Amino acid sequence: MLLIKCPFCGERDEIEFRCGGESHIQRPASDVSDETWGAYLFARENPRGVHFERWVHHAGCRQWFNLARDTVTHEIRSVYPITAPRRGPSQ
Amino acid sequence: MAGYPARATVKEYSAFRLLVEGLRGHTGWKPTWRAVEPKPRYDVVIIGGGGHGLATAYYLAKNHGVRNVAVLERGWIGQGNTGRNTTVIRSNYYYPESIALFDMSVKLYEGLSRELNYNVMFSPRGMVIAGHSRHDMELMNRWAGAMQAYGVDVGLISADEVKRRVPALDTKNKRWPVWGGFTQGRAGTARHDAVVWGYAHAADRLGVDIIQNCEVTDFRKASNGHVVGVETSKGVITADKVVISVAGSSSLLAERAGFRLPITSYALQAFVSEPVKPVLDVVSWSLATGIYVSQSDKGGLVFGGPLDLYNSYAQRGNFPTAIHAVGALAEQYPSFGRVRILRQWAGLVDVVHDSSPILDETPVPGLYINCGWGTGGFKAIPAGGWVMAHHIATGKPHDIGKPFNRKRFENGRLIDEAAGAGIAH
Repeated sequence: MLLIKCPFCGERDEIEFRCGGESHIQRPASDVSDETWGAYLFARENPRGVHFERWVHHAGCRQWFNLARDTVTHEIRSVYPITAPRRGPSQ
Repeated sequence: MAGYPARATVKEYSAFRLLVEGLRGHTGWKPTWRAVEPKPRYDVVIIGGGGHGLATAYYLAKNHGVRNVAVLERGWIGQGNTGRNTTVIRSNYYYPESIALFDMSVKLYEGLSRELNYNVMFSPRGMVIAGHSRHDMELMNRWAGAMQAYGVDVGLISADEVKRRVPALDTKNKRWPVWGGFTQGRAGTARHDAVVWGYAHAADRLGVDIIQNCEVTDFRKASNGHVVGVETSKGVITADKVVISVAGSSSLLAERAGFRLPITSYALQAFVSEPVKPVLDVVSWSLATGIYVSQSDKGGLVFGGPLDLYNSYAQRGNFPTAIHAVGALAEQYPSFGRVRILRQWAGLVDVVHDSSPILDETPVPGLYINCGWGTGGFKAIPAGGWVMAHHIATGKPHDIGKPFNRKRFENGRLIDEAAGAGIAH
């Protein structure tokens, strides 16, 4: 069971949250190749280790934020605003 | 090769052999497969000794005469997803491409024990899917129509018929009332360990080397970019062709090889109860809660539910999802509520956006990949192995495997079973 520190509401149980998957994906220009566009839509980092991801406090303030979480231990390494660049340990 | 012919000519396992061995104190049995150290070179190296990797090796040897093959397994055979799934086999998918692939698999399962001379305990006991609202019934009607058009033995049944086939299911439950159901008669279960052991046994007898405790750490490439081998915990092994068949760890090996995949790894949990007397003779699945349950031959209730919905490489699963699965089972099947759970575990599943597999070459010449089965790889083991072996041996994709290419994520021709067949993720 994760205890997630919502930047707005403080520590809450994980069942109040939903994970929105990998964060910091950059939308390419509209004239790129199909390969680049397909990679933007579908390819994912999926690391074994620290993963930078978006979460929403679904059953709380309904705000989105970012967090860095280890995909093996599930330890949350940092929580930071949705518009901020990656924050936390490197992979 | 010590002691084993390259092609098995005599059935090693039979009632007669059992009788003879019984008379001489079971002293004549040989290991089901040989323990070998890797040779320096193979024609084909398969990374991953799960069902799909071993089936690929078996069909390479059996169908295509490619026998200089090694299967490299990081742990033990049966330690990964093949030993962690809930053993359900079915082909009730929505799109014709998927139906062709999964129905091929069910048909191969039907003859598999004889084919491998190994009892995989395939039990086509039938599957009953319960719908809990008018909307569920409309969806099931649509699915059944599509599946029947492609020859899958599915049909709609009434709520009374659901109750008759699954007496333990509370069809008058206030929260999840059963409106009707949807069945596939040829669906069922098999002994999951026996499927990998059987493929390992049969592939070994055709000359395939099965090497356990051998982790692949990197790839060797020629100056033209072509893969020429792998680096492992047991040294460098060269090969003309290499296959990645590692389910939840696919992204990690793809990264070593220099490309990315449309895969996210999640934990999928499963549970088994203490053994009880026979209470359930079909596979029962609820559309509302996503809980599916069957009873093993030992009497344990084997059940599972939805994915743990955040990236994970932890083979244990998270508590909230476990509580959902157990709670839903206890509510929908009240008599199961007092049964104690023996074990809970998780496997790492490789989920793709359209919930359909990837059976293809990779950007690295000579390197192939079989991945993306997500929560449903066990049922597809024979077909996955068959079409990959064809692709590797002939250099051309098998007709049934062709739609499951990587290009679909560029040209948009997805096979969207996530939406089509109501796969719950």
